[in-house]
Amino acid sequence: MIETPTIVSVNNVIKQFGRFAALRGVSAEFAAGRFHVILGDNGAGKTTLLRALAGLAHPTRGEVSVMGKSPHEACRDIGYMAHPSLLYDEMSGIENLKYFARLYGISGDERCKHAIRSVGLDPALARPVGQYSQGMRQRMSLARAVLHDPRILFLDEPFSNVDVHSAQEMVGLLRGMRDAGKTIFVVTHQATLLEGVADEFIWLRAGQIVDRTSSSVQSGAGVPQR
Amino acid sequence: MNSLWPITLASLAKDIRLEWRSKDALNSMLFFSLLVVVIFSFSFDPTAEESREIAGGLVWVAFLFSAIVALNQTWARELRNQVLDAYRVSPAPANALFLSKALGNFILVTLLEAVMAPLFMVFYNLRVVGAAWELIPVCVLGTWALVASGTFFAAMSIRTRMREVMLPLILFPLSIPAIQSMVEATRIILSGDGNPRFWIVLLLTYDVVFTTACLALFETVLQAE
Repeated sequence: MIETPTIVSVNNVIKQFGRFAALRGVSAEFAAGRFHVILGDNGAGKTTLLRALAGLAHPTRGEVSVMGKSPHEACRDIGYMAHPSLLYDEMSGIENLKYFARLYGISGDERCKHAIRSVGLDPALARPVGQYSQGMRQRMSLARAVLHDPRILFLDEPFSNVDVHSAQEMVGLLRGMRDAGKTIFVVTHQATLLEGVADEFIWLRAGQIVDRTSSSVQSGAGVPQR
Repeated sequence: MNSLWPITLASLAKDIRLEWRSKDALNSMLFFSLLVVVIFSFSFDPTAEESREIAGGLVWVAFLFSAIVALNQTWARELRNQVLDAYRVSPAPANALFLSKALGNFILVTLLEAVMAPLFMVFYNLRVVGAAWELIPVCVLGTWALVASGTFFAAMSIRTRMREVMLPLILFPLSIPAIQSMVEATRIILSGDGNPRFWIVLLLTYDVVFTTACLALFETVLQAE
């Protein structure tokens, strides 16, 4: 078996909101170029863990390392997609992407058009994002996350409120990105969609990682149930 | 630092485009200012000499309250769909966002002043006895004083539950030196009674101090949870 290098690591991360601890001493290392799926019940700490990895939630204690740096320092290599779209409803897809491209020092339309095409949408679509269907909005949100060609993608509930067909298409896109060498983290409740695609399932309960299952172990057994 | 101004201008252009399409802030500000003019004109005889004495205060009260509408709207837009998180995960400098928001609010409030000032002059039968050109630095420095500190405190209050109430509660007490300078300078210029230079210098000092402090602290505010 070929050892893959660690790209993201968390060391004894505790995240408290007032007296509530969303993460309780999470420690883990995640290999590069793999598809990691984070599972757990509501309130298990999945989104908080993902936000901590992306640098949006600062751990109360412990540390997060992305490519040996803090998430903030590694931000050019991070693509983040949240449950909300992170897009301006009043602007079209290409207008949104052109703005976000500028934040990464990318000028010109070509990269934006390429990102939109890569998620199966038409860059010429002039409608404002607010008038998109949920599936289109999720795809455009993914286009925004991959616009600057990051090495790591953190995706929070990318398939929620998306019909099965669109969700399967998105899974196909993500599989292609993983095969191209990107490291992907997905928080989802729809783990069955990722059967045969994900490399690892990580189970969270009450702010702690309770299990990690490699898909090769589970091959043919479906998504592990907890 | 090289990316500060290109990103500031890109964010400013985006905000102007969004405001042009929605006109959320502009319509509310205009309506609010008009309401103030009309209500005050009902409250007392606007042509009386005493009314003209307090016209400087009335003008700035109207602009101050109207600016609050724009300031709240500025950040509300970034909270919808959590768009602010997309900025926070990017390498763009925090100060570019602050400057673009402050400049956007400056343009909006200046537009409002340009529309409302002639109405005030007509409603309150005002005429400038002092040097009229001195109103320009008072307006520019006064508007920047309102929007720079207002944009900063609006950003601070966006994560609070009652942000619309919190902003004036934080902003108004801290703006007292600036408000007093604007009102006094305007009154002196309108009445021609004295020299407004002291108040203009005070306003300039307030602008320099607050703008520097806001720029130094904005990254902390942006990255706060």
